[in-house]
Amino acid sequence: MGLMDTLHAVRAHGITKCFGDVVALDAVDLDVTQGQIHGLVGPNGAGKTTLLGLLLGLAVADGGRLEILGTPVERALAVPGGVAGFVDAPGLYPSLTARQNLAALAALRGLGSGTAAIDEMLGEVGLTDVADDKARGFSLGMRQRLGLAAALLTRPRLLVLDEPANGLDPAGKRHVHRVLTRLAADGTAVVLSSHRMDDLEALCSEVTILATGRVVFSGPLSKLAAENRELDYRLRTSDPETARRLADGTSGVRIVDDTGLGLRQDPDVLVVRALVAALDELVAQVVRSGVAVRELAPVVSPLEAAFLALTEHQEAGR
Amino acid sequence: MTATTAVTPPVPAAPVAPRVPVSRAYRFELVKLVSQWRIRLLVLACWIAPGLFVAGVGQQSTLPSDTLFGRWMHATGWAGPLVMLGFAGTWALPLLTSVVAGDVFAAEDRLGTWRHLLVAVRSPARIFVAKSLASLTVILLLVAGLAVSSTLGGLASVGDQPLVGLDGHLLSSGDAAGRVLLAWLAALAPALSLAAIGLLGSVALGRSPMGLLLPPVVALAMSVAQMLPLPVAVRLALPGYAFISWNGLFTSPEQLTPLLIGVAVSLAWTVLATALAYVLFVRRDFTNPADDGSGRRALTLGVLPLAALTALTVGAVAVTTTSTGSGIEQAKVQKSLATVFAHLYRLQTGQLHRPAVTEAQLKATAACTKSDGQAAQEGAGNDWRCVVSWHLPGVTAVTGTAVYQLDITSDGRFVADGDGPKEVNGYFLVRTSTGDAPNPLWQFDGNVDLLDHH
Repeated sequence: MGLMDTLHAVRAHGITKCFGDVVALDAVDLDVTQGQIHGLVGPNGAGKTTLLGLLLGLAVADGGRLEILGTPVERALAVPGGVAGFVDAPGLYPSLTARQNLAALAALRGLGSGTAAIDEMLGEVGLTDVADDKARGFSLGMRQRLGLAAALLTRPRLLVLDEPANGLDPAGKRHVHRVLTRLAADGTAVVLSSHRMDDLEALCSEVTILATGRVVFSGPLSKLAAENRELDYRLRTSDPETARRLADGTSGVRIVDDTGLGLRQDPDVLVVRALVAALDELVAQVVRSGVAVRELAPVVSPLEAAFLALTEHQEAGR
Repeated sequence: MTATTAVTPPVPAAPVAPRVPVSRAYRFELVKLVSQWRIRLLVLACWIAPGLFVAGVGQQSTLPSDTLFGRWMHATGWAGPLVMLGFAGTWALPLLTSVVAGDVFAAEDRLGTWRHLLVAVRSPARIFVAKSLASLTVILLLVAGLAVSSTLGGLASVGDQPLVGLDGHLLSSGDAAGRVLLAWLAALAPALSLAAIGLLGSVALGRSPMGLLLPPVVALAMSVAQMLPLPVAVRLALPGYAFISWNGLFTSPEQLTPLLIGVAVSLAWTVLATALAYVLFVRRDFTNPADDGSGRRALTLGVLPLAALTALTVGAVAVTTTSTGSGIEQAKVQKSLATVFAHLYRLQTGQLHRPAVTEAQLKATAACTKSDGQAAQEGAGNDWRCVVSWHLPGVTAVTGTAVYQLDITSDGRFVADGDGPKEVNGYFLVRTSTGDAPNPLWQFDGNVDLLDHH
């Protein structure tokens, strides 16, 4: 087995999966290398959970070839050791405490994890204070974090997470991001799905966008942003009138009526639509005119904009 | 594609993860079951409540004489576990099995943990075995609690005196202990069949609460069926009959054929229902969240084979025992009543400090008629009237007679109520080693061996 093969945690080519007449996945390709956090995005019913389920070994593809950690997966529940995670929601037992959930799972999988290892995992996800509380009373965010801790117990080389950011408060999100980033730095491949574009942008080096079971984009985030031609930007300056006049006169820049964007009306803010190059030109002109730029940000993140454009296009083409 | 880390060492291809051994999955399931407050509560209740109940009843003036052996609860501590067994067969065991086995699969559906469990164990078959064994363990713990607690309660409150059997003969303490143990073991068979039905319901009905209700519903149906005037072959072919047939251990000679048939039928139901649950479970599509295993096909697959088993066992029992009627015939009633009367007459003689007699000397016989001879002289009913005759030893010219009204239920059990003369079978108190007790010939229990062909 060559170096290129072993660097891949997931190699999926032409994966097809049907449930009766419904085609859940249609010739899907997915490559995830070690140490990469790979985002899976798509509207509801796009096939994300089905794909994650295949990676966890819950089902086997009807067609195509799937290789996980260098091992071909040819039947259900036959993925290599080192794969962990959850789909839909973490599997927790409400009558057990957080610590007991992890201890029972460790014993089940024969991990021989001592109390120290379990405490370490609970600490990593920020649940030390509630370690001896029954999972019955946990919020969704706490359940997500406990599910992540359960997955970490197995010291995974491929971590598969379905909407891990659901229900997380800012502190919980910080814990989860820190854990995932550390795992990736240690060489673990992470595949996660999310509806939260900000999470994916913060975490993922690459994303795959699925729509109606097909891959409509796969690659680095930077490429995704570049492929999306024009974006709307919020521009806050010290002199809105001058900025408006300059935007009007800059080639490739259009002023957008922000009443239809669902944004809070702010007289100091100008919303413009432009490519990055034209926007750069506008900013330079504004600055040269002695006007201070106080804020410049896309109205919708590049990933979200691309996501909407690509998936709406796919939906429209059906 | 590019990796985010600058240097990532290559790793060798990982081997397919082994499936988790059944022993570890079993321990996991046991931990989950025992962590539930309702299971803990049941265990506590089963190990404490029967003892308190039996001890409490032993101190009361009124006894549960409508339950088999209930009228002997003042006489010996061994009556307590048998009264509890009679109660358990009707109510406690169906409920216990439903709470444990009827929910063990459905709980994962409710919690949405199937996928998690499958990823961890990697084998639906092993999950099934582990869950079944864990349920069995808890059910055995609960049944053991009922038996041990009621025995200890009886022995502590009343004592270790001999037990009066169903045909009136006295069982020594050791003999009674052995038979009580055997009776509880025999009742395990139908309890296991209910547990298997619970497993089947839990698998086949998914999230529906009907899975939880299935064992009590089946047990209730079986109890109702046993009250109906069914042919004896049908009666014995139902798994609930073993909750009754342990009675045969307390006669001399023992009525073993109905007991063994009842146990065998129960075990056949256990095996078949468990096998059906297994087939349904391993065929379930866990990748589809909308599929909780329930559906018309699952129900059909679950019900039809059990119906076929019932038909098969009815045929087999009918052919091998040549029993097609009610099994309650005039000659058998007369024989059974005379036997009980003779044994209890001997007991009464001892209690009244009269010269000892033996059953052989008494030569007791009974002449019974149903509906004053106007109807067929067989079958259950409270319209049996019997005249018992016996010889008094040394008084060859005198034959004693006593009249009894018999209420015979469809399962062969009867209660004989003395109807004179009052010196023989009227209500009066006799002094016994455990205190005053009603005249043993006043009212007593007995049973007719439904398969006896004498």
